[in-house]
Amino acid sequence: MFAATGDSMLSHGMKQTGSISLNHLQGIILAVLNPWVAVGILFLLAFFGTYMTALSWADLTYVLPATSLGYVLLALVARFVLHEHVSPLRWLGIALITGGVGFIAGGPEITEHHPAHPTTAPNAEAAAAAVEACAVAAQAPLLTKDARNGAPSEVEL
Amino acid sequence: MRAVYTWSAILAIVFASVVGDVLLARAMKQVGDVGALWRRAGLGMVIGRTLGNPNFLFGVTAMAVAFFSLLFALSWGDVSLVAPAAASLTFIGNAVAAKIFLHERVDRRRWIAASLVAAGVALLAG
Repeated sequence: MFAATGDSMLSHGMKQTGSISLNHLQGIILAVLNPWVAVGILFLLAFFGTYMTALSWADLTYVLPATSLGYVLLALVARFVLHEHVSPLRWLGIALITGGVGFIAGGPEITEHHPAHPTTAPNAEAAAAAVEACAVAAQAPLLTKDARNGAPSEVEL
Repeated sequence: MRAVYTWSAILAIVFASVVGDVLLARAMKQVGDVGALWRRAGLGMVIGRTLGNPNFLFGVTAMAVAFFSLLFALSWGDVSLVAPAAASLTFIGNAVAAKIFLHERVDRRRWIAASLVAAGVALLAG
């Protein structure tokens, strides 16, 4: 579920980059101090932030193909907003990217190197579970100590 | 001769952006789950820890190198060759580099995904 949220977040970020790369080029050609450029840089920063966030809990080989959905969004924006012609070959490209992203989306988003370590946990749920596991592990010796202390007394009783 | 220059620049783009991506990915793995860190220590901590990470700084530098290589490549070759070639080779290069340097488990599913996406990007950008 977190992966799905992340993907929608990424696609949102990429939609923003999509619009900038258009505005950005326009801005460079027309004028450097164009308000579009400022907006473009803001969007680029937003994309970079979401990309870094995704990289913090998912593999590079998971995040990178997912960001390529941005190309698909760019093509769709070009087709339906800018009314550009999208050739059959490009539709095939869109289909290939979508298929590729669908392929990884079904798999795990991170390689577990240290499953018990909270900072390498793939998502919030797993992190919470790991923290819980740590808490349980921390309490466990206390419990066993209690049990050890308790058991003889009960035996004595 | 122009083709040699163009392809050298394309390879430079691919190399620099793969290095950049791997370093950035490594940096963010060191920073840890941004969402969890933000809730625990605030946004300032997230930004501080990210910007203070050497891998992050080298990664951004590599990305800048990739960008300037792109400018060089575009000055020698057509955008319809440079853009798709650089983008799709970067996907393949990243899959290899992530397996070797980040020890990610790049299984058959991910190889297929990387190849499909690389082919798709080549078609779209071309």
